[in-house]
Amino acid sequence: MITRFRQVEMRLMGPLTAIPIVLAVAVLGTIAALPVLAMVISELTQDFIPPGLQHLVTVAVGCAGFIGILALNPIYAIWLERKVAAHVQDRLGPMRVGWHGLLQSFADGIKLLFKEDLVPKNADPVLFRAAPMLAIVSAFAAFAIVPWGVRSDGAVLAVADLNIGVLYFVAITSLGALSVLMAGWGSNNKYALYGGMRAAAQMVSYEIPTAILVLLVVAQVGTLSIPEIVAAQEGGFLGIGDWLIFQMFPLNLIGFVLFFICGLAETNRTPFDIPEAESELVAGFHTEYSGMRFAFFFLAEYGNMLLVSMLAALMFLGGWVGPFGSNPLLLFVKGFGLVVVQMWLRWTLPRLRVDQLMAVCWKYVIPISFFLLLVVAGVRGVGAGW
Amino acid sequence: MESMAAQAIFYVVAALVLASALYVVLGSNLVHAAFALVAAFFGVAVFYVYLGADFLAGAQVLIYVGGILTLLLFGVMLTNRIYDLKIRTGKVQVLPGALASGLVFALLIWIIGAVDWGAMDTGDPGPSSEPLGRLLVGDYVLAFEIASVLLLIALMGAAMLVRRRSGS
Repeated sequence: MITRFRQVEMRLMGPLTAIPIVLAVAVLGTIAALPVLAMVISELTQDFIPPGLQHLVTVAVGCAGFIGILALNPIYAIWLERKVAAHVQDRLGPMRVGWHGLLQSFADGIKLLFKEDLVPKNADPVLFRAAPMLAIVSAFAAFAIVPWGVRSDGAVLAVADLNIGVLYFVAITSLGALSVLMAGWGSNNKYALYGGMRAAAQMVSYEIPTAILVLLVVAQVGTLSIPEIVAAQEGGFLGIGDWLIFQMFPLNLIGFVLFFICGLAETNRTPFDIPEAESELVAGFHTEYSGMRFAFFFLAEYGNMLLVSMLAALMFLGGWVGPFGSNPLLLFVKGFGLVVVQMWLRWTLPRLRVDQLMAVCWKYVIPISFFLLLVVAGVRGVGAGW
Repeated sequence: MESMAAQAIFYVVAALVLASALYVVLGSNLVHAAFALVAAFFGVAVFYVYLGADFLAGAQVLIYVGGILTLLLFGVMLTNRIYDLKIRTGKVQVLPGALASGLVFALLIWIIGAVDWGAMDTGDPGPSSEPLGRLLVGDYVLAFEIASVLLLIALMGAAMLVRRRSGS
C-alpha cells in the first residue's frame, strides 16, 4: 500500500520537479512574444496613427497574436507533451533534434508534409477530405474572439471584439463535434465510426455544462463580452483579489474546476479520450488518416487545448489582469500553464469508461453547475434588490 | 452594409444556402444531406448577422448546428445497415410534394409582397442580447415559461421511454 502510494506521489510530482519542463514553459512563453511585440509597437505608435485607422491597427495586432498561436503553438505543444509524458514515465523524451529535442516537431511536421496522401478506397471521398478542414476551421475560428489585451487608450486588441464573445465561443466549438462525426463516418471503418459516435455523444453532453458555467460567469459580470468580463476582474488585493475564481468562495473555484473538466472533455483529452481510445478503437475517428490530414486533426486538438485554457484564464483567472498591471504576457502564462496542467493530467490519470464518462457529466457536473448558477443568480438577485 | 464586399458575401452565402438546401431535399445520400443541412443552417446564421441580430446568430449556430444536427447525424448513423456507407433515400410522391411546397412558396411570396415591412434603416442596431433578455423575462415571460415547461415534459418523456422497467 505504501509503495503504491509512493508511486502515485512520484507520478504526480514527476513533471513538477523536472527542470526541462520549467524550461519548456519558458519556451512556450516565447510564443507570446509576437502578440506582445505587436502590442508594444501599437502602444508606441498610437499617437501617430490617424483615428480612422486605429481600429485597423487593433485588429492587426489581434491577428498577430492569432498567427503566433496558429503557427507556433501546436509545434511546441506537441514537443512539450512528449517531454511531459517522458518525464512522468521517467524517460527523457525527444533529445536528439536540437537542444533537448526542440526541433523534433519541425522535423515531424516536414515528414508529415511529404507523406503520401491516402484516401481509403471505400471511404466517402467528400466527407473524408472535408472532415480535417472542418476540424481545423472550428478550432481556429474560435480564436477570433480571444482578446490579447487592452491598449492604454482602451482599445481591445482582438481579431473581432464581439459583444456576444462567449456565446460565439460555445457555438463555434460545437462544430468540432461535427468534424469528428464526419471523419468517423467518412472513413467507412468500424473503429472510426465508433470513435466518431462516442465523440459526438461526449461533446454534445459536455456542451451543456460548459454553456451553464459560461452563464455562471455571465450572471456575475452581466455581459457576454470577453474584454468586459476581464475588466470586471481588475483590481483587488495584489491585483488578483478580484479575479472571479476568488469571488464568492468557493462557488467560483468549483465552477472553474468544472469548466476545466468540461474543457478536457470537449477537446477529447485524457481522461476523456474514449473517442480515440487506442486500447479499444485503434485510433478512433482518425484511424484512416495519415500525412497532413492526420496533422490537421492534431493541430485542431492542440488549438482547442489552448483555446479552452485561454477561455478559462480569461473568464476565471483575470485574463491579462494580474499583480503587475495588465499585460498580454500574463494571459499567455495562464493559458499555457493550464495547457501544461492538461498534459500533466493526461499522463497521470487513467481513461474513463464510456458509461463512467456519461455518468460524470449527467449525474455530477451538470447538477453541480446548475446548483452553482442558481446560487450565484440568487445572490446577484438579492444584491440587486429583487 | 452598403459596401460591395458585404453585398458580395451576402450573395455568396445566399447561393450556398440555396444550393445546400436543394441538396438536402433532392440529394439521395442521407449523411451528405445532413451535412448539407449544416451549411444551410450556418448560412442562415450569417443572414442573422446581416440583420444585426447577433445573439440570434450565435444561438442559431449553437442550437441547430451544435445540438440538433449532431443529434440528427447521431440518429442517422445509429439506424440499420450501419456498415454500409450508402444510406439512400428514394423519391416518393413527387407530384403532391411539389404541389404542396409550390403552394407554400406562393403563399410566402404573396405575404412578402402584401405586408408593409416598415423597413428599418437605422444602421447598426447595436448589441441585441440585453434587450432580448429583458423582453424574455419581462413582457414575454409567460411564453418563455411555457416553452421551458414543454421542454421539461419532453425531457421527462424521453427519460421515461428509454428507462428499463423493473421486472421485465
